[in-house]
Amino acid sequence: MATMTEVRWHGRGGQGAKTAGYILAVAAAEDGWQVQAFPEYGAERRGAPMRSYVRISDSPIRLRSGITNPEIVVVLDPSLLESENPAEGIVKDGIIIVNTSDSPTEIRERLGNPSAQIWTVDASQISQETIGRNMPNTPMLGALARVSDVLDLEGARQAIRKQLGEKLPENIIQANFEAVQRAYDEVQSE
Amino acid sequence: MPQVKPMEGNQAVAEAMRQINPDVVAAYPITPSTEVVQTFAQFVADGEVDTNFVAVESEHSAMSACTAAAAAGGRVMNATSSAGLALMWEILYITASLRMPVILTVVNRALSGNLNIHCDHSDTMGARDAGWIQIYAENVQESYDNLIQAVAIGEQMDVRLPVMSCLDGFLVSHSYELLQVEDDEAVRDFVGSYQPRYPLLDVANPLTMGPLDLYDFYFEHKRDQWAAYEPAKQAIIDVGQRFDEQFGRSYGLFEEYQLDDAEIAIVALGSMAGTAKDAVESLRAEGVKAGLLKLRVFRPFPAEELAAALSGLEAVAICDRAASYGGAGGPLYAEVTSALYVAGASVPAINCIYGLGGRQIAPDEIINIYRDLERVAEEGQPDQPLEFIGVRSFDKEEHADKYAF
Repeated sequence: MATMTEVRWHGRGGQGAKTAGYILAVAAAEDGWQVQAFPEYGAERRGAPMRSYVRISDSPIRLRSGITNPEIVVVLDPSLLESENPAEGIVKDGIIIVNTSDSPTEIRERLGNPSAQIWTVDASQISQETIGRNMPNTPMLGALARVSDVLDLEGARQAIRKQLGEKLPENIIQANFEAVQRAYDEVQSE
Repeated sequence: MPQVKPMEGNQAVAEAMRQINPDVVAAYPITPSTEVVQTFAQFVADGEVDTNFVAVESEHSAMSACTAAAAAGGRVMNATSSAGLALMWEILYITASLRMPVILTVVNRALSGNLNIHCDHSDTMGARDAGWIQIYAENVQESYDNLIQAVAIGEQMDVRLPVMSCLDGFLVSHSYELLQVEDDEAVRDFVGSYQPRYPLLDVANPLTMGPLDLYDFYFEHKRDQWAAYEPAKQAIIDVGQRFDEQFGRSYGLFEEYQLDDAEIAIVALGSMAGTAKDAVESLRAEGVKAGLLKLRVFRPFPAEELAAALSGLEAVAICDRAASYGGAGGPLYAEVTSALYVAGASVPAINCIYGLGGRQIAPDEIINIYRDLERVAEEGQPDQPLEFIGVRSFDKEEHADKYAF
């Protein structure tokens, strides 16, 4: 039977959940995994809730529907905690990472006390201080590198360069690397 | 060396277009279009292709310019979606009637109303009678492979028909997957150089195209057009075999998955087939003889081949990601059941309409279709031939104030 890890990102249009999913897929592909990443938009506009899905597997991925039972959930916007129920369907002992200044204990309650590990990091603050604007997607990759084995720091950096290197100037790429490192260091569990 | 790299569906299509290096792309990329044309326009701007990129003022003009450029003697490509394809309507028929092998990628997306830009097959199903060949992809690799084959199929001298290479909106077009990108040289060798048949730019041999053609000859011309679709079917098979020999991935009119000894099966187009394969695998593990027929080519419709492949089944579910309002079921259902009837194959069939406007279909829902089929097989006929999969029902009386009709 195939071994597959499913990661579900919850964000709002413009926060970069789709791009983060693609970066994760690129990093995993670089490590030799089969990958699939695609977004699911609601209204397809800035600010509207959306999801992006990433599957990482040791064999070709044929399944093509949204992820309902993820191993990992990443929440880019804490205002989605109640409205989107991001913990829905998460596997037992799964991992939930939330971009928030609140502690994991506070977040646990808002998530409805799921049987998953909860981690938090203030990715918005980190990105403001490093990149200069609220762009929580790349720091959340750093947090993901710390709390899971789907990617590591170096893989995250390489994939960010691969995906964004042509679009962004070098100083912004370096700022993203700094954001990734800081989120890696600052993400905390209960 | 061929390279395997993660790529989005839209990029994979644009990459194939770059390798094919068409003479003309005339496009009007606006919502609901996709990044295919945007990405390709970058290749043009960067000088990576020799293509003459014509920016026109509407999708109707886009297909007019594509058809005219093909008539002039060029290899022509374009990409569109949804309402963009709908606006090309008038010209689609002309492209096919003039036997111009224009290659059009269609990222399948819903038609309004209400306003929706997500995946379903309403756009291309609406264009099914225009005379274009239609090939559907399950995933990103097939989208890339099909587009390369489309050129060879459409341009074959006894075919000379336009081809729509279709992929599911978002589910494939925006999906990042590992793609084997073949060498530029190998792709260019495979499609060969374009040989125009009666180019208008051949001024030494002037001719007229698309003139007034009334009841004295129109009907004969239309009957002669009909004759192109049998060679087209053979060309699809031959080109698929040649592609397999060259690149190691085989293609035909349809793909049979666990169908040989199946008692019940689903017929589906596009990305749903991938999820259905997983469903078949899990049902097989519990001893259910489930199978799948993934239809790749909807036009020309392989009626006899399909009927032969399905004739031994005890029950079949035909899944439509489009509705034909007031019709005898969805478009795929109507044609598959017709093919079975003509072949004298008596297989109880149900029609599952699913996924309209981007509603996703989950593995469990597909497994439930197979459960229904087990029941149909046992009873010999369906009690309800039409099912809507994954749609909610509301009590109309309870919510009477919300219903206008």
